[in-house]
Amino acid sequence: MLEVRGLSKRFGGLLAVSNVSLAVKEGEIVALIGPNGAGKTTLFAMISGFLAPDAGSVAFAGQNVTGWSPHEVCRLGLARTFQIVQPFGRLTVRENIAVGAHLHSAERKEALAKATDIGMRLGMGPLLDRPAAALTVAARKRLEVARALATNPKLLLLDEVMAGLNPTELGELIPTLRTIRDGGVTILMIEHVMQAVVSLAERAYVLNQGSIIAEGAPAAIAKMSSVVEAYLGHGAAERLGRVAAGAA
Amino acid sequence: MLDPIILIPAAINGLTMGAVYALVALGLTLIYGVLHIINFAHGSLLMVALYAAFFLYRLLGIDPYLAIVVLVPVFFAAGYALQRSVIGTSGQGRDQNVLLITLGVSIVLENAALYFFSADTKTIDTSYSLEVVDLGVALVPLPRLIGFVAALVLAAVLWALIARTDLGRAIRAVAKEPHGATHVGVDVNHVFAMSFGIGTACLGAAACLLLPMFYVSPHVGNVFVLIAFTVVVLGGMGSFVGALIGGLLIGLTESLGGLLFGEAAGQLGIFLIFIAVLLFRPTGLFGSRLA
Amino acid sequence: MSRAAAVTGVVLALAVPALVHSDFWVGFCITVLLSTLMASAWNVLGGFGGQFSFGHAAFFGTGAYTAAVLHVALGVNAWLAFAAAGIAAGAVGVVIGYLSFRYGLRGSYFALVTLAFAEVLRIAVGSVDFAGGGVGLYLPLQVGIANMQFASKAGYYYVALALGAGAIAVAWRLERSRLGAWLVAIRENEDAARALGVDTLRCKLQAITISGAMTGLGGAFYANYYLYLDPGLAFGPGVSVEVLLAPIVGGIGTIWGPFIGAAALQLAGEMARRILGDAPGLSLVFYGALLVLTVKFLPDGLIGLGRRMLQPRAAHA
Repeated sequence: MLEVRGLSKRFGGLLAVSNVSLAVKEGEIVALIGPNGAGKTTLFAMISGFLAPDAGSVAFAGQNVTGWSPHEVCRLGLARTFQIVQPFGRLTVRENIAVGAHLHSAERKEALAKATDIGMRLGMGPLLDRPAAALTVAARKRLEVARALATNPKLLLLDEVMAGLNPTELGELIPTLRTIRDGGVTILMIEHVMQAVVSLAERAYVLNQGSIIAEGAPAAIAKMSSVVEAYLGHGAAERLGRVAAGAA
Repeated sequence: MLDPIILIPAAINGLTMGAVYALVALGLTLIYGVLHIINFAHGSLLMVALYAAFFLYRLLGIDPYLAIVVLVPVFFAAGYALQRSVIGTSGQGRDQNVLLITLGVSIVLENAALYFFSADTKTIDTSYSLEVVDLGVALVPLPRLIGFVAALVLAAVLWALIARTDLGRAIRAVAKEPHGATHVGVDVNHVFAMSFGIGTACLGAAACLLLPMFYVSPHVGNVFVLIAFTVVVLGGMGSFVGALIGGLLIGLTESLGGLLFGEAAGQLGIFLIFIAVLLFRPTGLFGSRLA
Repeated sequence: MSRAAAVTGVVLALAVPALVHSDFWVGFCITVLLSTLMASAWNVLGGFGGQFSFGHAAFFGTGAYTAAVLHVALGVNAWLAFAAAGIAAGAVGVVIGYLSFRYGLRGSYFALVTLAFAEVLRIAVGSVDFAGGGVGLYLPLQVGIANMQFASKAGYYYVALALGAGAIAVAWRLERSRLGAWLVAIRENEDAARALGVDTLRCKLQAITISGAMTGLGGAFYANYYLYLDPGLAFGPGVSVEVLLAPIVGGIGTIWGPFIGAAALQLAGEMARRILGDAPGLSLVFYGALLVLTVKFLPDGLIGLGRRMLQPRAAHA
């Protein structure tokens, strides 16, 4: 469904994303992990049309969407959320979601009805008439997902949607995402919260300093020394190995 | 038409006027660079300063060039107060609100002047108004020459203030990183107001240099506000060098354009430059990224 | 609003020329209605779309001069000229909008560039002879419905009423439409809107075209009512300011805000004139101060104030 080939982006002297290739098949939940500053959000921005890549290509649903603008990509079925939530502050939750619903519904009544439906499915029933600005962080994250879902996407790009949630909230959002996938939406998620990655994702890519350094099932990746080093620093894998061996 | 005998005086005219434009623009670019607001009231404040210089001369006989000593501190204080009490405390974070407020202030000032002083344009005649200096290639009216030199001197003083003093350091810090500056103990609101005050002080000086070679009327602010914006945008928001060079360039454009294509075309040229820069090169000649 | 109240309102509005015997006050109503039209127009782009234009005079002047020149110099039927004025102003909107939005101008930069465009038009039109040049253009007095000039104020009143009501209707329709929802989304957060499939350039262009066309019609009406135009008046900052002040005072982004703001401003201006006399500049000083005070203390305008006063104190959520 999504095929990224050799994508690169340079900002002045900094090569933020370097020759990244990845693929997501229909129906999968794939995670994109890596330490802060690895270039994950930049990658999302390029895939979703907010940034033009310096090199490489993005193919989605059989079409070459490299360099397309965000709204064109969205119309093709690719929706994204933002790492820093961007609600339409003065609109109600229902009106927020309706903006997304309007992509396929020209009539206001229809869009609002669809918005109500999606809002309830995501457990936001009691919040539907509240202004988005009055929501908690967890609720706003849910709203981001709901809004993106309202555009009837085939692929959902979630950018750190679990960040800042307490265990209860995580416990509610994780099954919600699984339900969304089961409803026919493919998911590619940037995540730091390992619990979510491990319980949701079938595959994961690890991005470090702009390049993919590993790919595979989350459990296997967590053990790879290159991945450990990316997070914990040079030599960490070896030290951890010695500690484990010493404890055995 | 392209005869040097006509071109050179026109070019000098443009440069001398451009120096004053530059001084006005310096204040505006400082205010933008530090407070990140587009001060719509800049033109009307210049107009008020011009009236002040005018009445100081008419009623108290103080020569405009000497009046600089009076008007610079007065307008500094006025700007400080204006920022502290009216402009700075509103907006609630939306920059369009601050724009509306400075617009409102400019309307109040312009029409208050209209009410108190009527729409007549006023000029002054000093003993040296008609004196001319022979530069060899052309004869330059003395007020224009003084204006040119003084504007450059004041620009240099302003630069020194920002680059070499403690206040200047604080201003630069706040311009770059207001939150961080707070943490280091800088009173950001005070620095904002100081910067605004310095910006308006530039207007006080510019008015004194301008009056002997121009006129004053309630609507004169409108003339200058867009020109000042054009200079700032052309030179680059927040760039001193840009304001200086931009001012001279715009002065030249207006003068030569007016000579070659008619006065309306000269003015039109300025606005077209403004639009073109905003569309195609919003960072201007020397500016940093747009906020 | 209850049915009865709405019907009463419509009947009263239609009966004004019959009920109000003072020519002055009928004229006052005409001014309010004209103001409502243009305030609503500004509100479409600025209130709904969040793009503040400081140069709406560009559309007003285009409409006024198009109607005047077509009718006076080229003998075109006044009503056709009226329609053409709207189209011309809308076209100017497309040009200004495309240039500004395509190059990503937002916020203060957009406001500045619209001001520059208005000034460009003012200078350009002022230097063209067939439009009267800097001196101005007089429209000959030729009373007759075909010429869109009426013997009594009543005729003008009904045209103005139709325009004002039409403007409110446009706003009402917009609020219930997809374009309206998308414009508001753009206003609140343009990037988020793009991520949801909103073609922001197209929406903003539609908004500025509608806004420009409506304002242009206002200009055309003005030309036929006052029978005199000059570039400073038609393209000047006075019009641009008045057109944005009314919706801000009344309630930006609402349907009735422009009307309430227009009425309030004209009323206040009239009272000020009676108390302080008809000195030049005084009413604008007042308007300028009102702009500052409204933005500082009443950002939701009079409608916002009304809402807050009428709603019982809700528990903080």
